[in-house]
Amino acid sequence: MSAVLDPHGHVADHHDHHHAPVGWRRWVFATNHKDIGTLYLLFAFTMLMFGGVLALLIRAELFQPGLQIVNPELFNQLTTMHGLIMVFGAIMPAFVGFANWMIPMQIGAPDMAFARMNNFSFWLMIPAAAMLASSFFMPGGAPATGWTLYAPLTMQMGPSMDAGIFAMHILGASSIMGSINIVVTILNMRAPGMTLMKMPMFVWTWLITAYLLIAVMPVLAGAITMTLTDRHFGTTFFNPAGGGDPIMFQHIFWFFGHPEVYIMILPAFGIISQVVPAFARKKLFGYASMVYATASIAILSFIVWAHHMYTTGMPVTGQLFFMYATMLISVPTGVKVFNWIATMWRGSMTFETPMLFAVGFIFVFTMGGFTGLILSMAPIDLQLQDGYYVVAHFHYVLVAGSLFAMFSGAYYWLPKWTGVMYNEGLGKLHFWWTLISFNVTFFPMHFLGLAGMPRRYADYPMQFADFNALASVGAFAFGIAQVFFFFFIVLPCMRGHGPKAPQRPWEAAEGLEWEVPSPAPFHTYEVPPKLNADATKVIG
Amino acid sequence: MNAMNKKITSGLLWLACWVATAAHAVNDLPGGPAVRQLNMHPPATKVAEEQHALHWMMMLICMGIFVAVFGVMFYSIWKHRKSVGHQPATFHESVKVEIAWTIVPFIIVIFMAIPATKAVVAQKDTSNADLTIKATGYQWRWGYEYLKGEGNGISILSSLDNEQRVLSNSGAKGADLDNYLLKVDHPLVVPVGKKVRIITTSADVIHAFAVPAFGIKQDAIPGFVRDTWFRAEKPGDYYGQCQELCGKEHAYMPIHVKVLGEAEYTAWVQSQTTTKTAAVSAAVVASADSTNK
Repeated sequence: MSAVLDPHGHVADHHDHHHAPVGWRRWVFATNHKDIGTLYLLFAFTMLMFGGVLALLIRAELFQPGLQIVNPELFNQLTTMHGLIMVFGAIMPAFVGFANWMIPMQIGAPDMAFARMNNFSFWLMIPAAAMLASSFFMPGGAPATGWTLYAPLTMQMGPSMDAGIFAMHILGASSIMGSINIVVTILNMRAPGMTLMKMPMFVWTWLITAYLLIAVMPVLAGAITMTLTDRHFGTTFFNPAGGGDPIMFQHIFWFFGHPEVYIMILPAFGIISQVVPAFARKKLFGYASMVYATASIAILSFIVWAHHMYTTGMPVTGQLFFMYATMLISVPTGVKVFNWIATMWRGSMTFETPMLFAVGFIFVFTMGGFTGLILSMAPIDLQLQDGYYVVAHFHYVLVAGSLFAMFSGAYYWLPKWTGVMYNEGLGKLHFWWTLISFNVTFFPMHFLGLAGMPRRYADYPMQFADFNALASVGAFAFGIAQVFFFFFIVLPCMRGHGPKAPQRPWEAAEGLEWEVPSPAPFHTYEVPPKLNADATKVIG
Repeated sequence: MNAMNKKITSGLLWLACWVATAAHAVNDLPGGPAVRQLNMHPPATKVAEEQHALHWMMMLICMGIFVAVFGVMFYSIWKHRKSVGHQPATFHESVKVEIAWTIVPFIIVIFMAIPATKAVVAQKDTSNADLTIKATGYQWRWGYEYLKGEGNGISILSSLDNEQRVLSNSGAKGADLDNYLLKVDHPLVVPVGKKVRIITTSADVIHAFAVPAFGIKQDAIPGFVRDTWFRAEKPGDYYGQCQELCGKEHAYMPIHVKVLGEAEYTAWVQSQTTTKTAAVSAAVVASADSTNK
């Protein structure tokens, strides 16, 4: 049985001893890593669309100065929910979807270590997402504090704040369980001969990301629980009148928040490290270096959090420490970029859609990295904090970074998942349309930020009108491109409409996922494979 | 058919009108944003000048690295393609190269950090101020109390001009205002060339006091006092906006600092201390009452 929409289970794996599940039970009681991967990816795409609609409402309002469509309260709800949905509903679950699909196949394991807990991790997200989405309809509307949920503004929110806190607890539990699953699977279930330093880079980046998740999700849980008890149970953690400190919320939140953004980019790095060597027809340059650079980034990510707090009034030594530590992260990140380019150098490149998105990623993510370096300089940050330069920076690294890497991985692995080749011409169209509209949307925001336009503003001085109008036009074009992606790339592949995909559609792709048929059978590597010296091919 | 044509025509006319209202023919606001402004506000303090210089330095270094790195990448994309017959090499590691491109960026980063350190230390030094003013963030206006120095005892409540707030609600149609959302009833007034220390706090949630032309931004936190400072080099009007999400009117609590020459400032102080204080205190009480509703 494959992962395409196959209601009658005709494409059967002839080695199945037991009946593979069919119908709704296949999905509700799924324990198969491929099915759970599909569930996560489809869920994440749905959330991407929902968060995208919120973004388009924001951009429609900001198209011109003056309030045309929403009032400021609703506007603040839109910005908050856009952030929460995209971070917790789209980006994170999508990477977990990639992890579920690819990690067991890439290490030669039959499934994840805890298959049933895997099911629970996924299905927990549905009530959480429903709570978040329905919060607009609760009395007082959705939370309107920004996704960063600063105290004491959170005290002024209605019941949707509590629903949101509950939803985040559930999502956090789902993430922690998923991460434990990933760590145990990777450490225990690799095929014999696949040592840690022979694992694919995607597996390495997820191993490190999973540790980050286990370390910091509980910290977020602490911060939002303290918010909940301050709101309803008489505590004053963040209330100065009771001896508390609003800045403590920021410390706790960002201690989670900074590793969180690395959680959202490391798996992207892993995907790029798989795609570039495949299309350059050359092994990844500096594998060991890439592993150490990823680990350094992860460790450093714990000691930079207060660069989100330069304007809160911390003493000079604090500002200097966090500035130095943050600037330091650019070093291992730069090493990774150089290693990717060295992989391309003197390779033999072709530019199918996965490679287009990978090269696009390197180009545009690096721009986001530079603006991050500029923001890390505390004196400059005084001009730019809480303004549109910050908005531009994180959209460059999260959209042109994480999302582009996901598109690259999706195009790369769709033939393996579905057994169908997507239409290459349409894929290229999706790439260029996305790249251009993305830059039209977010590049002007750098200028807006330098000019002093604050973020989370429903209305703005008229001098900012032209760049806002440009950004809004780009945003709509970008949104339509992603709808196009779903209807013209994803859906045809899932329905089996397209040329049959070979086992190895990309001639120089290496890895155990390419040693199994396309589409990958329902069960793969039920018996640990015998591997060659490189742990890239099955022998015997 | 006729009715249909009428509907289409009126629909198109409506669309054209709506698009036309998108064009607002505003001018630059001195001390505030410029139309299609690309860089930071022209600096009015030495700190802001330092920030400009630092930013230019960072931009030039980053652009240099960008051109070099992506020059190499695009050259490779051009020359090392299968379609032009390039065969793949087999090298895939080099300890020497890894060390080189770790050490060189590390040195560049240290080189960037040195002027930044000097700037951080300078902007945090609020000692020996000529004038100390407390800026209190309220939902959703600023209160200024002159605590020390010439003018001490003056108390000002500064709110967005109400007409502009109403205009925002109606979609700002047809309006061409250079100071849209920046005009206040009572600006903060300070003398030129004097070190002004701004102490920030809040009466409710976190706000942030910012004036980009001065290069300052400081969160206003309830229950705590923080401070920042500036010395305006030239007289004029300078604008900023609240820079920490503080609720529904976050976009509607601007900051307007009027920098006067020394003699004019003294005259202003004299005109304030007699009549205004009592009236403003009453206004503070009244507005605090209405915010609590």
